[in-house]
Amino acid sequence: MEWKWDFTLQILPRLIEATGATLMAAAFGYLIAMVLGLGLALAQRTPYGALTRVVREGVEFIRSTPLILQIFFVFYVAPQFGVTLSPWVAGMLAIGLHYAAYLSEVYRGGLESVDRGQWEAATSLNLGTAHAYRRIILPQALPNAIPGMGNYLVGILKDTPMLSVIGVGELMHTANAIGAETYRFLEPFTLVGLIFLTISLPLAELVRRAETRLRRKLGLVK
Amino acid sequence: MTQDLTGYPLALTGPDRPMVRFAGVSKSYGDLQVLDRLDLEVAEGEMVTIIGPSGSGKTTVLRMLMTLETIDEGVIYVDGNPLTHMPRGDVLVRADRHHLRRERANIGMCFQHFNLFPHMTALENCTEGPIHVLGLTKAEARDRAEELLEMVGMIDKRDEFPARLSGGQKQRVAIARALAMRPKVMLFDEVTSALDPEVTGEVTEVIRKLVAQHNLTMLMVTHQMGFARDISDRICFFHNGRIEEQGPPQDLFGNPQSERTQQFLSAVNEAI
Repeated sequence: MEWKWDFTLQILPRLIEATGATLMAAAFGYLIAMVLGLGLALAQRTPYGALTRVVREGVEFIRSTPLILQIFFVFYVAPQFGVTLSPWVAGMLAIGLHYAAYLSEVYRGGLESVDRGQWEAATSLNLGTAHAYRRIILPQALPNAIPGMGNYLVGILKDTPMLSVIGVGELMHTANAIGAETYRFLEPFTLVGLIFLTISLPLAELVRRAETRLRRKLGLVK
Repeated sequence: MTQDLTGYPLALTGPDRPMVRFAGVSKSYGDLQVLDRLDLEVAEGEMVTIIGPSGSGKTTVLRMLMTLETIDEGVIYVDGNPLTHMPRGDVLVRADRHHLRRERANIGMCFQHFNLFPHMTALENCTEGPIHVLGLTKAEARDRAEELLEMVGMIDKRDEFPARLSGGQKQRVAIARALAMRPKVMLFDEVTSALDPEVTGEVTEVIRKLVAQHNLTMLMVTHQMGFARDISDRICFFHNGRIEEQGPPQDLFGNPQSERTQQFLSAVNEAI
């Protein structure tokens, strides 16, 4: 088996197109995870013990079961309860929920890293809880959360191939299809690896820069 | 835990009512009793300093008044109204969030570790509350903050972030921040304890100025006996969650009655 350059060039446009789908899946999934994760983190900090426990257990459950199971569950089991979702919607929901559980832990760590005295100062100025979170606590928690958030951004990108199992036409799915059509797997899968590499590496660097910039903007540079 | 509150008045009235009143206030952490049926009154405009060995409940008194700690028994009144409780019908019940928010507005506090907001400049620290809690316009809040930063000698540093300020400078900004909310009662919780000895003066100077120029009611916890003696109207010596002895500074420092007070003061003097 040898590498065929003309075949490589021939399949490249298809794979690049699929890269768009991969990026979109990662971006939308991450967006869902960011918002939902914050909700999960904040829910565990309310004074309501029952809510905290339920959310805590839910997060643990999601983190302790495989992503692929969750994808199958949303896509194949939900319809039996009358909720039929397209592969894309089911995929985004599953991966978003999965990473929301992980991000909630990152947020929680960030929130806990903020000195208790900040809450006391907020109380002494009579700032309400929501206001204190928004203006005092979260701006200080976020820079501490960014390295962890960045790891999971790269993580979600690398997990998007799992969506191929329910037929989301992202990179892996497309490479597989090319292989099935042509019986050549070397070039498509190698290209997929290279494409992931070209996205992941700059992304990690971008996250590092974002953290530095945010710290500087907030006057938190040490 | 419910307590019988029938003996406590729904409000304190009359021209000579105290600004702050602790009525039979107790507090325990597990087995450790920090305050034991404390009765303490502070008159309007009075400067009261609490001294005592560590663990005697000094700081707890201030933190309760700022509603950072709950109380187990008794009632705290501020400016005539119950703070920790609220009237329902003709009895007092535990204060809810809204009541606490309304009554807490009377009180300002400065902390040992300043607790400035590190992502806001000195000026923004001082305008956050006035804009978002008191509803001042940005211009009004800035004028008020600048006036106070001027008063504490920090106007030149108004646009600096706390990380670029020294301990003494941070504490002076923190005092301005608390005053910007126009509290009736100011609490100073060991505000010089985290400072290098050579800069405590710049903070105590500001507090002296406040005592001289404003009719603020103040409660202070400090280990600086000389400073306490100079500026306080009254000193309370705390021991095991109770007031062991209290009186004007010259009496308490010059002629302490209780043996425990004498022991404490001589131990402090030896340390100097």
